[in-house]
Amino acid sequence: MRAPSVAEIAAGDVLLAVEGVSLAFGGVKAVSDVSFDIRKGEIRAIIGPNGAGKTSMLNVINGFYHPQAGRITFKGKTRRAMRPHAAAAGGIARTFQNVALFKSMTTLDNIMAGRSLKMHKSFFWQIFRHGPALSEEIEHRKTAEEIIDFLEIEHIRRIPVGKLPYGLQKRVELGRALAMEPDLLLLDEPMAGMNLEEKEDMSRYILSMNNYYGTTIALIEHDMGVVMDLSDRVVVLDYGRKIADGTPDEVKKNKAVIDAYLGVAH
Amino acid sequence: MRGETTTYTDTFPKLLLLNAAQRGERPAVREKDLGIWQTWTWEQVLDEVRAFALGLKELGLVRDDKIAIVGNNRPRLYWSMCAAQSLGAVPVPVYQDSVADEMAYVLAHVGAKIAVVENQEQVDKLLSISERLPDLAYIIYDETRGLRDYDHTRLKSFADVQKIGRALDPRSSAIEWQDSISKGKGADLCVILYTSGTTGRPKGVMLTYDNTIKSSRNANAYDKLDENEEVIAYLPMAWVGDHIFSYAQSYCAGYCVNCPESPETIIEDRREIGTTYAFAPPRIYENLLTLTMVRMEDASAMKRKAFHYFMGVARRWGEKILNKERVPPHARFLYGIGNILVYAPLKNRYGLSRVRVAYTAGEAIGPEIFRFYRALGINLKQLYGQTEASVYVTAQPDGEIFADSVGKPNYEVEVKIDDKGEVLYRSPGVFAGYYKDPDKTAETKTPDGWVRSGDAGFIDPKNGHLKIIDRAKDVGRLKDGTLFAPKYIENKLKFYPNIREAVALGDNRDFVCVMLNIDPVAVGSWAERNNVVYGSYQELAAHPKVYDMLASHVEEVNRSLSEEGPMAGAQIRRFLILHKELDADDGELTRTMKVRRGFIAERYAQLAAGLFDGAKEVNASTEVTFEDGRKGAISGRVKIRDVKVYPSATVQVPMGKAA
Repeated sequence: MRAPSVAEIAAGDVLLAVEGVSLAFGGVKAVSDVSFDIRKGEIRAIIGPNGAGKTSMLNVINGFYHPQAGRITFKGKTRRAMRPHAAAAGGIARTFQNVALFKSMTTLDNIMAGRSLKMHKSFFWQIFRHGPALSEEIEHRKTAEEIIDFLEIEHIRRIPVGKLPYGLQKRVELGRALAMEPDLLLLDEPMAGMNLEEKEDMSRYILSMNNYYGTTIALIEHDMGVVMDLSDRVVVLDYGRKIADGTPDEVKKNKAVIDAYLGVAH
Repeated sequence: MRGETTTYTDTFPKLLLLNAAQRGERPAVREKDLGIWQTWTWEQVLDEVRAFALGLKELGLVRDDKIAIVGNNRPRLYWSMCAAQSLGAVPVPVYQDSVADEMAYVLAHVGAKIAVVENQEQVDKLLSISERLPDLAYIIYDETRGLRDYDHTRLKSFADVQKIGRALDPRSSAIEWQDSISKGKGADLCVILYTSGTTGRPKGVMLTYDNTIKSSRNANAYDKLDENEEVIAYLPMAWVGDHIFSYAQSYCAGYCVNCPESPETIIEDRREIGTTYAFAPPRIYENLLTLTMVRMEDASAMKRKAFHYFMGVARRWGEKILNKERVPPHARFLYGIGNILVYAPLKNRYGLSRVRVAYTAGEAIGPEIFRFYRALGINLKQLYGQTEASVYVTAQPDGEIFADSVGKPNYEVEVKIDDKGEVLYRSPGVFAGYYKDPDKTAETKTPDGWVRSGDAGFIDPKNGHLKIIDRAKDVGRLKDGTLFAPKYIENKLKFYPNIREAVALGDNRDFVCVMLNIDPVAVGSWAERNNVVYGSYQELAAHPKVYDMLASHVEEVNRSLSEEGPMAGAQIRRFLILHKELDADDGELTRTMKVRRGFIAERYAQLAAGLFDGAKEVNASTEVTFEDGRKGAISGRVKIRDVKVYPSATVQVPMGKAA
């Protein structure tokens, strides 16, 4: 599982494409006529000022919102809208802007919960935790422990996540998403509210995840420094419309982007 | 092989062969990985070390080459040392948290040819300084994560090097390796340990196999340690304490060394292993005690009452029971109940339930902290050691424990005090010299083998125990000639859980002043309970209520000083709380967390001036270094408080030549 090079990404397979997607809540247009694609193995950033429709876009991708117009192609299959369960089963995992973990469960249990879609043994065996269910659980525990090692959270393995500081909760949430062994990982502001050191750690995890597990990542982020350093390609939204799409360098020089971020004289 | 024991045991590779032959099936090393303890027996260790050694040889490592070891305590890093030694090369463990610049100095000074490092972090650090290290041919890493896409011309994984070794013809390579091992002898250089140094550049202490092995054998005999011991390796590998304790003594006695899962999980890991022999600087015991006290404050009233009541019982009788003195039956009964309810659960929490001998060393320990652990029934003892002595100079024998002494000379160690009060020692563990520094060697080591410790102390005529007052050069006098021992005062202050660090100033001044660092955990928890709102360390440190609390601590220290004859004149007149935490990255602490007093006085010169000229408040701005090497500044107003001084309670006794 080697991460593809930039050249390979440029020419590579498209994992997910959205075409002409529009989403409105009553009269409010959250997203209008947006098209872009995510290629296998890349880190794709979605940026834009507040209310630009970034989180709505993620919600469309994982099937939480159903757009009024447009098409979504995931792994070669085109549909009008995704369904959350189908998205999860198809290999899309996500983390949330506000951490959404099982607060009273331990770190380990939260990560194991991420494996539940991969558990196939019958309910009968599982309630007795015996026979095939036990050996299956051991397999999953091994994967969970590898993730714990990867994210360096050994010391909080047995602590209920509700007791953990925010930065660590974010890491556990990432671990749970990773436990699904996703093909596409959606990160909604993975670094919101973190200090410099935590941001650097998180960036390192995101890069190694992409590098080591070959996970394709789509992320929303406000910290421009982080976005420009991490991502292979960036799509910029403003008032629900796409205003730019390209490599970080191209986007940085784009007039429309500069106006959107710095404001423009009227 | 067994018949030739004597010729086989003067180097660590020979000891490894011996252990593999005599106790091959017994565990030698454990490491917690993916949540499970993995064990290697002595036989398996031999196999791993041989494969790695042969690989190193193919990479061109030859006799007298230096090989740097950088990382947390990992089995493969310990094996690297033995593998290098089997080829006659010299391992040089380096502090894993030193910044790139410090590391560059040590590696360039020693001329390391190969570096074996733990992970990507260390690889990055070494690559960033590689142009300053012309001798460094290869970097070998243990943890592969994140390193796959690096340029591998000079980079190798530990497993790859072993693969090279295993690919060789097993018969002829094994014979060659045995030959190489048998060429090693006791007088050869075994390891170079760089001392973190309270002043100036670190010095490379050269120890021979005879030094470390004899010192370790004596230590094992002194505390009757054998192959059944379990220890946990968690202190920096570059520190002589860890080297002797987790490597040398383990190879000599054949006991098992356990490597924790990560630096954060040590307490949990120690609890799972149940170590029988423990070795830690006072800081570790202080932290445990602080944590206990903080948690007890948050416990339910019932638990808190039980804890305080039984700790009272323990303080009164625990020490006596541990020393096997006669105590009345009701005391024994109460202590028994306390053991079930409080002491045993606490010891279990600390992972010290099975401990037979626990040492504290490196610095003086607060007497209250020391008594706390002894009262719980933990055989905590004090030890006095130095890198230059292969650790052991003096230690407290079982049953002869005093809070203020460091014990009697270990086997084969001689100790004497010179006319200026400095402690000198001579033993088989005494070092060969400082690497590439004959001048410093001559300053420290006399021609007839005595080493100047740099510490001032005296031998108590009552019991023959050595007592250390302070660093010889730090013991000063106030302008009126009163004796001023800064560390003595600082240690008294640091006993309070609220005080993390203290720096006492007074040499050649009119009176004594201190700069304090509050303990963020203890004071933070206090703030939470007392509705004190704060946003940062700086804000908490400057809070008037925090000042009030610390002022009462300082007053108590003054009262206790007033009762100690010669120390009574050196009571603290004024103090302040520093606006930033002292940090090794800023050079304020050594890597072993000792305060660098002179440096701090210079760095905070504005504050020091304010302390002595009677100012109520001083503006201070200080440069700080972040972990990634960038610099910033912290500035603020720092308040200064006056403290009550007590009249000398006892008759002034002249200190005599002991001081």
